[in-house]
Amino acid sequence: MALLKKSSIWIAFIVALLGLPLLFDSILAISILNQMVIAIVFALSYNMLLGQGGMLSFGHAVYFGLGGFLSVHALMLIEFETMVFSILWIPLIGGLFGLLAGIFIGSFSTRKAGTVFAMISLGIGELIAASSLIFSSFFGGEAGISGDRTFGPTFFGFDFAQNIEIYYVAAVWAFIATLFMYLFTQTPAGRMANAVRDNPERAEFIGYSSRKVRFISFCASGLFAGIAGGLFALNYEFITEENLNAATSGRVLLMAYIGGLGYFIGPIIGAVVLTLMNSLLSNYSELWMLYLGIMFLLTVMYLPRGFAGFIMMHQLAWVRGNMKLLIKPYLVTTIPALLFTLCTIALIEMSHTEDEVFHYLGLVLNPASPITWIVILAIAGGAFYAVKRSLLQLNDAWETANAIPKEEET
Amino acid sequence: MLEVLIFATLNGLVTGFLLFMLASGLTLIFSMMGVLNFAHASFYMLGAYFAYSLSLYFGFWGGLIFAPLIVGALGALVERYGLRKVHASGHVAELVFTFGLAFLIEEAIQFFWGRDTKNYQTPDLLDFPLFTLFGQEFSAYRGFMMTISIVIFIALYYVLTKSRVGIIIQAAITHPQTVSNLGHNVPLIFMGVFGMGTALAGLAGVIAGPVLTTFPGMATVLGSIVFVIVVIGGLGSLAGAFIASLLIGLLQSYAIASDVGMPDLLNLFGISFDRSHPLNDLWTMNLPQIAPVLPYLLLVLVLIFRPTGLLGKREE
Repeated sequence: MALLKKSSIWIAFIVALLGLPLLFDSILAISILNQMVIAIVFALSYNMLLGQGGMLSFGHAVYFGLGGFLSVHALMLIEFETMVFSILWIPLIGGLFGLLAGIFIGSFSTRKAGTVFAMISLGIGELIAASSLIFSSFFGGEAGISGDRTFGPTFFGFDFAQNIEIYYVAAVWAFIATLFMYLFTQTPAGRMANAVRDNPERAEFIGYSSRKVRFISFCASGLFAGIAGGLFALNYEFITEENLNAATSGRVLLMAYIGGLGYFIGPIIGAVVLTLMNSLLSNYSELWMLYLGIMFLLTVMYLPRGFAGFIMMHQLAWVRGNMKLLIKPYLVTTIPALLFTLCTIALIEMSHTEDEVFHYLGLVLNPASPITWIVILAIAGGAFYAVKRSLLQLNDAWETANAIPKEEET
Repeated sequence: MLEVLIFATLNGLVTGFLLFMLASGLTLIFSMMGVLNFAHASFYMLGAYFAYSLSLYFGFWGGLIFAPLIVGALGALVERYGLRKVHASGHVAELVFTFGLAFLIEEAIQFFWGRDTKNYQTPDLLDFPLFTLFGQEFSAYRGFMMTISIVIFIALYYVLTKSRVGIIIQAAITHPQTVSNLGHNVPLIFMGVFGMGTALAGLAGVIAGPVLTTFPGMATVLGSIVFVIVVIGGLGSLAGAFIASLLIGLLQSYAIASDVGMPDLLNLFGISFDRSHPLNDLWTMNLPQIAPVLPYLLLVLVLIFRPTGLLGKREE
């Protein structure tokens, strides 16, 4: 029974993974789901370093990219029948290569955590990205390399030509990877990684080599990043230098941080949110990167523990049964806040547009007339004032909801 | 051969001094707040863009004076209303904040100025060859760049070591509590130093803009190199940053100017490989090709063998 309770969340996870394409079955949705699953594995592997091991890396895309490159080479081997095996194993190949790279690079970079580690990771990242343009027989220069996933032996009649078939492969791999990453946090090695993150000196005093502990986390993280790279290779059938450079490393940091570093589920939330923003927002606005940057800075400033941290903040109120006290103040704050955000977006978009009329949320606005600007600015100002006022009430409600109940005197 | 050497040295020095203008601010900010400012090169880029816009109305010289001031003020605001707030959440949060800021500034620049390269030109006054050597010209603007950088270097050195303000700053870096007890406003000093550092970065952007082209990627081009310099020189060491800046500037300049490569090295040992050899890329590699990689290679080597950097103090 206890086992069932423990595994229920995992069953829900696999059901969600496998059920999602039934709900959203358009071509766009499948491609977004594919990206999402890959991003989840990648972001979780990053959290293994930063969230659980306290190692801030600016070059995590290296393991993702190297795994991906080797996977595309493996696809080519299958295509030219040098070796014949099912493409189901491709992510494993990517993972093993990521692990290999992790063992090699980790052997010298995990000596120190903190700034030294961060700088080595940055240096390695730039080094590999720059040399990928030099060694063009492996990396294919700027154009990258491409393969074809349909040549391998079929799996119960599936030849993996469709994206949906790859989605199921990726979903199963993502489930396995997520499960193992979670199990890793429960092993002594995973626990020691937390200890070394919090206080390396104490960990040394009870007899653990903090370097060795970091090294183990680092290698495991490389393995899972490589698996994500392999899934990427399977999905897109090509890979370029862009997939191992600093921009990709930055994106995974963003995902993990926005989601919430301290929680296992955090990076999953971050990966889902960012992938959705990436693919949906970019359809509506070419300025979505700007919004992403603003959102990121606001998250760092006001939600230092990420989305997951924000959700977990309510645990106490939930346990005490005080959530109902918070609903009304939240609504009172959220509505003007939403209004303010929408007005700001309207202002930004209006100053960027070159059209005569500007369609926004069913409204037709005229960017040329000053009245439009004044009205929107006035609404935004009013909404901002309302948010400021309601925040005080929200704060009071928060205090009451989380207050320690007074013990009855005996 | 000699002319190549002389010009490579001159160009290397110009780059090196320019890099030092960025690295000096970065290293000051680091020793003060213990955080590497990822957005530092973005302030450099902002400097170039502001100077470009100002130069349309006030000419190059107007941009040269006002753009760094604007950038410095922006930097001070970022410290006051952004970083100070994040400080409570620890070093990683601060680093990530500056990382996000760099991202945001790049997007904001594309929003206000567009994605295309700006036609930011050197002033007419400096548009003549300073001297001609072996038939090659050395432009007056490069000489001007070098002069500005050296003047800034001397001024910075003088202010930090000789003036009263500089001594208070130095004290605030190592002993903020004591300085605060003596009645100085330490947060204000921090804000001032951050503003000054970003203003220096802005100035570097103003003078580098016309030569290195003003485009939205210019922060990325230089950003990680400046990091490399600060780390190689030793975190928090101004003298180390100076040596490392010149070292990197010269190293890259020589590597680009040289024409040696692996084939020469192999010939020396009398080895040759077939073109179809699997490692053909390795055997045909030459020095100009790997010039962009050299700083990072140096960084990794320094961090492995001397984690404190060249002139860094004891490890944390």
